Amino acid sequence: MRIELEKRPRVSGLFSVVSPLLALALTLAFGALMFSLLGKDPMDALYSFFVEPLLEVWSLHELAIKAAPLILIAVGLSVCFRSNNWNIGAEGQFTMGAIAGSILPVMNPEWHSPMILPLMLVMGMIGGALYAGIPALLKTRFNTNEILTSLMLVYIAQLYLDWLTRGPWRDPQGYNFPQTKAFVTEAVLPEILASGRAHWAFIFAILAAIAVWFMMRFMLKGFEVSVLGQSERAGRFAGFSARRMVWFSMLLSGALAGLAGISEVSGSIGHLQPIISPGYGFTAIIVAFLGRLNPLGIIAAGLVLALTYLGGEAAQLSIGISDKVARVFQGLLLFFVLSCDTLIHYRIRLIFAGAKPEARG
Amino acid sequence: MKKLIIALAASAALLGGLATGASAQDKTKVCFIYVGSKTDGGWTQAHDIGRQELQKALGEKIETPFLESVPEGPDAERAIERMARSGCALIFTTSFGFMDATIKVAEKFPDIKFEHATGFKAAPNVATYNSRFYEGRYIQGQIAAKMSKKGLAGYIASFPIPEVVMGINAFELGAKSINPDFKLKVVWANTWFDPGKEADAAKALIDQGVDILTQHTDTTAPMQVAAERGILAFGQASDMIAAGPKTQLTAIVDTWGAYYIKRTNALLDGTWKSEQIWDGLKDGILTMAPYTNMPDDVKAMAEETEAKIKSGELHPFTGPINKQDGSAWLAAGEKPEDGVLLGMNFYVEGVDDKLPQ
Repeated sequence: MRIELEKRPRVSGLFSVVSPLLALALTLAFGALMFSLLGKDPMDALYSFFVEPLLEVWSLHELAIKAAPLILIAVGLSVCFRSNNWNIGAEGQFTMGAIAGSILPVMNPEWHSPMILPLMLVMGMIGGALYAGIPALLKTRFNTNEILTSLMLVYIAQLYLDWLTRGPWRDPQGYNFPQTKAFVTEAVLPEILASGRAHWAFIFAILAAIAVWFMMRFMLKGFEVSVLGQSERAGRFAGFSARRMVWFSMLLSGALAGLAGISEVSGSIGHLQPIISPGYGFTAIIVAFLGRLNPLGIIAAGLVLALTYLGGEAAQLSIGISDKVARVFQGLLLFFVLSCDTLIHYRIRLIFAGAKPEARG
Repeated sequence: MKKLIIALAASAALLGGLATGASAQDKTKVCFIYVGSKTDGGWTQAHDIGRQELQKALGEKIETPFLESVPEGPDAERAIERMARSGCALIFTTSFGFMDATIKVAEKFPDIKFEHATGFKAAPNVATYNSRFYEGRYIQGQIAAKMSKKGLAGYIASFPIPEVVMGINAFELGAKSINPDFKLKVVWANTWFDPGKEADAAKALIDQGVDILTQHTDTTAPMQVAAERGILAFGQASDMIAAGPKTQLTAIVDTWGAYYIKRTNALLDGTWKSEQIWDGLKDGILTMAPYTNMPDDVKAMAEETEAKIKSGELHPFTGPINKQDGSAWLAAGEKPEDGVLLGMNFYVEGVDDKLPQ
């Protein structure tokens, strides 16, 4: 017996709306079951997961900090994915953006100028975009698979950062610990409000989401992205170039990932170190799909995912579950959301032995 | 099915509701933040055992919540701040990489006490505590020199910070006190906690011909590799005998419990002060796991050295000691100041590695 996913002829409008709620309900039910099996009060657990982090101002700031890189990267990726370019290497573009943006504060630690921060942000975007340009070049030139090339470039970027922070860029006064000198105050991304740590990366994320949403909705370029993504042939008839779209989407997503990288380093960390991301570039892929590749949906998805990180910590502290359980719960949420979404578009068909599999192209 | 789930969830909710009747308002919260998993079999597990001993000793008076697997970096700052805001009165941050985050959060919460393990930055409400691990490593070096057929040991190191360099030197000095030609190979894993990388480092060293392995990383992976390849090894931070019953010679076991109890009592008495503690074998902050898989004479030697270190008769860093390049560092009988050890950034003679600079 085989199980096949078969595309539904029509997508139910009702269920498109209901599906996230259904997924949430399923997560809550299974989460409550899991917590009670572990001997924890499920209501307490769900409360500390979803409500507690939202009750205090400082915690909302932390939510914004955690969500900002996810949203920034995912917004860029949504353009890639919509246009059928599978950039899996945002983590590498994030890292290269962070490195390129850090050149000024690390190489000129004495340079105190208000110009430094804007320059850093621009260089971060350029760094990320150039790095995403490599898989774009390889794809347009040699027809290589961008999934593989962009993914492999992640490891190169991470190892390059590792080498820099342990070698030439290491702080000579840092007791040999692998990190650069702390950035000067002028090179640190300022906080938005005095009430907490959230910095401008969150504003950048919202602005980027709105801009890309506007482009996709109202501009010819957005139409081009969708058409080429759905059918390259149709796009060609309309006079759109798939090759130029590869460049456009990769450079755009690379620049946004690079901006996320330098913002994270400048705003949250304050120096370069071998590991600057707990996998934002990969988590952002989930965020992009969780937001159904819609920039405004991505804002919500990024916030929800960030909330589960914070909630996981809160639940560890207040009811004493382990971090593994917190991650399983996060996994449950993603599983139900993505499977509910999948089942809107597809239905499951059981194929019993004997039936010959049809040839597929 | 759906009804069943609802019924299960509802009954479980009911049970759970009954169980959480007891209030925990008047207990003092003593909190811990771990870089690894509390069951890593090494560094973090040792801290968690200390936490459990603390909980047992003070029982009803305190609560000891903890966060595990917290990455060093921005996440650590948030995690520590969350602890501070959740009502912790004393917070132990148990990894070197939490240093800056601890200091930053401590500035915001002057009434909360912090204790940072193995760091060098303190504040009026931030104490530091550390253990003279090098004393145990000296004993390990002596055992290695007796047990190695080739006179060559492998050392899996984490980061080239003074703490780690000091341990490598102590091991080499111990070995050379038995076999002056003893050589030590070093691999930098560049991580505290990564079973995969640690195992790779162990394999690389064994392929280079070492027949004794020691480590300054947190997991039991190197011990397991040593056991598979049939060579001998030393455990780190926790007794790792379970990972290598025929492999482990001894282990440096971090026994933080007594320290945690002492400091928590000081907090409850109101006598807590910011101090820079650096205790050793004699204070019981580290102990040697049973000496196993070695002949009786080696065991007797190890026990004698341990007793001498405890009594103060022997300081592992006693001159004459040359630096790696052969230049003199300490004259005969000379002992270094603690500050020199804590800033150590050079190898002693006999270490077969170039210190990353």
